[in-house]
Amino acid sequence: MKADPHGVLTGTHFIDGDHACCEGALAVGARFAAGYPITPSTEVVERFAARVPTVGGTFIQMEDELAASIALQGGVWGGAKAFTVTSGPGFSLMMEHVGYAAMTETPCVFVDVQRGGPSTGLPTLPAQGDMMQARWGSHGDYEIVALCPNSPQECFDLTIKAFNLAEEFRVPVMFMMDEVVGHMTEKVVIPPADQIEVVPRKHTRRPVEEYLPYETNGDLVPEMAHAGEGYKFHVTGLTHDERGYPNMTPQTQDKLVKRLQNKIRNAVDRICMFEEDGLADAEVVVVSYGITSRVAQRAIDMAHERGLKVGKLRLITAWPFPDSKIIELARRVKAFVVPELNLGQMAREVERAAAGKARTILVPHAGGGVHNPEEILKAIVEATRC
Amino acid sequence: MLNVIDDTANPVEQFLRTDRMPHIWCPGCGIGTTVNSFARALIDSNVDLQTLALVSGIGCTGRVAGYVKLDSFHTTHGRAIPFATGLKLANPKLNVVVYSGDGDLSAIGGNHLIHAARRNIDLKVICVNNLIYAMTGGQTAPTTPGHATTSTNPYGTFEPAFNLPHLVEAAGAVYVARWTTFHVRQLARSISEAFAKKGLSFIEVISPCPTLYQRRNKMGDGLDTMKYYKEKSKVMNGAPTGEVGLTLNGEIAVGKFVDRDRPDYQSMMRAQYVEALGERYIEEAEMECVCG
Repeated sequence: MKADPHGVLTGTHFIDGDHACCEGALAVGARFAAGYPITPSTEVVERFAARVPTVGGTFIQMEDELAASIALQGGVWGGAKAFTVTSGPGFSLMMEHVGYAAMTETPCVFVDVQRGGPSTGLPTLPAQGDMMQARWGSHGDYEIVALCPNSPQECFDLTIKAFNLAEEFRVPVMFMMDEVVGHMTEKVVIPPADQIEVVPRKHTRRPVEEYLPYETNGDLVPEMAHAGEGYKFHVTGLTHDERGYPNMTPQTQDKLVKRLQNKIRNAVDRICMFEEDGLADAEVVVVSYGITSRVAQRAIDMAHERGLKVGKLRLITAWPFPDSKIIELARRVKAFVVPELNLGQMAREVERAAAGKARTILVPHAGGGVHNPEEILKAIVEATRC
Repeated sequence: MLNVIDDTANPVEQFLRTDRMPHIWCPGCGIGTTVNSFARALIDSNVDLQTLALVSGIGCTGRVAGYVKLDSFHTTHGRAIPFATGLKLANPKLNVVVYSGDGDLSAIGGNHLIHAARRNIDLKVICVNNLIYAMTGGQTAPTTPGHATTSTNPYGTFEPAFNLPHLVEAAGAVYVARWTTFHVRQLARSISEAFAKKGLSFIEVISPCPTLYQRRNKMGDGLDTMKYYKEKSKVMNGAPTGEVGLTLNGEIAVGKFVDRDRPDYQSMMRAQYVEALGERYIEEAEMECVCG
């Protein structure tokens, strides 16, 4: 379906990534957000709070991130598209409800504008230290999707994509911004509503007496009902059967948790997005994401000036991780260079997927700024000598 | 033509997921009794079941959500109220009940309870208070009276307990009542009254946990507890909530303590938006479906 024009601010804007993220959420039809203030993410909900009463929705500032991250799920079961926005310390508090959303298959978006950590760390400065937390932060086995924009334009475009993936797979989607992307101001083009594709909620059309809340028919994603429609359904974070009823047997656990995993793993190629350049004859591939990909681009350009055969692989989808792409490249390149604003998170994934067939060289940065392109260039030069 | 009354069917059965019986509650537990009163209140107050949603947290009382034939949500520990807040805000037509225990609502969820009361969100909160964490084996709760023996205070508790009616009144609730599981009719009536209120209603139900509280404190079984409730309860409608705190083996003040009116969250929100935005304001009820 196409976007509701009420939420779409069609035109050319000069706005920062936080504001662009908010406009993406409004454009795709998010009409409920629950938040708690935290730098450097608050501008997203500040804009939402100003805009949403004019498009038929609600923002509530909750008492903490625990409340925000579950209120938004109440909103979803009430019929809204909903999201919350936070940064590292708040993201830590929200982990309980990332797990609840995964278990109950509540389609929703968690925006994390990453800052330096651990703990309160560097409130106003960038990092990419929450990448593993986004994947593994809640207990138990589950799958999520995580997207990494590298510009305000992508904060708009990929927020739409994040909601669409959440609805298609009934999964929480982590929108992994960082302080620089959130606070940099650039041109953002918002298209007309009829050019914005919106994935509708996978709402059941079954009559009440035939509906089972967690029954799936082939595609592993069950059909949803909303409160107040007469289905009288039950939702629980406990292990549950197709009726949604708690069932404490290893068989039910196995069936449910494997389905939660497989609905994403079976669709990895469809979910994974990346930007690539010069991979055909590359000897070295720079793998990067978010703001680091823009610094890496400078390093790649410098390497090209020196005649080095360097390719670019920018992860737009961080989770699920595009294993098959790395496996394919590892067979024919010498090494991967992975700069990131942490001490090695996605680099380990690259190394795991490469499985010894090509070297992985991490270019770490503890956060608080971005890399000097020279550091990445140095690693590229080292990689060509592998 | 005569109306044929089927007196073999329990009138509250229509509100239960009978395919989930038997329930997990112990013999002598009071939670089932509260559900019976809740169901009777649904009959008495003619609440539209189609738009009624029930939200629970975690614990013995948290299991209520799994046994009622309503749109029902068994959420995370302590978070029933914020989940219910989101549900109500996204769909204002829903009538939302929060049904949970004392540990869930006043310890891990205590912050949400006082903020929901402050905001005066239109929620009916039923708090079954068995004075203990029962699901996990009888640990001390913020509601456990002084000197009671629990698994984590084997030599007796010494922390002061919360007086829940006093707490929620101070935070802003519009309706505050307390009954015991002996007072089934009064409880049903209070729940019916709460359905007629707009804003945050809070009904505390003192309930036995014969397995873990009464047994450890040598208070007998479920029946002995009913006798205790009968003998030691004192109806004190309108009593100052500061004076209704509970003690071990002491008098239990019951009744309707608070019944007042003040605008609920969504009424205040709409009024503010209308004042600030005029015709630019679009009510959330006009939200179109996300289903395509």
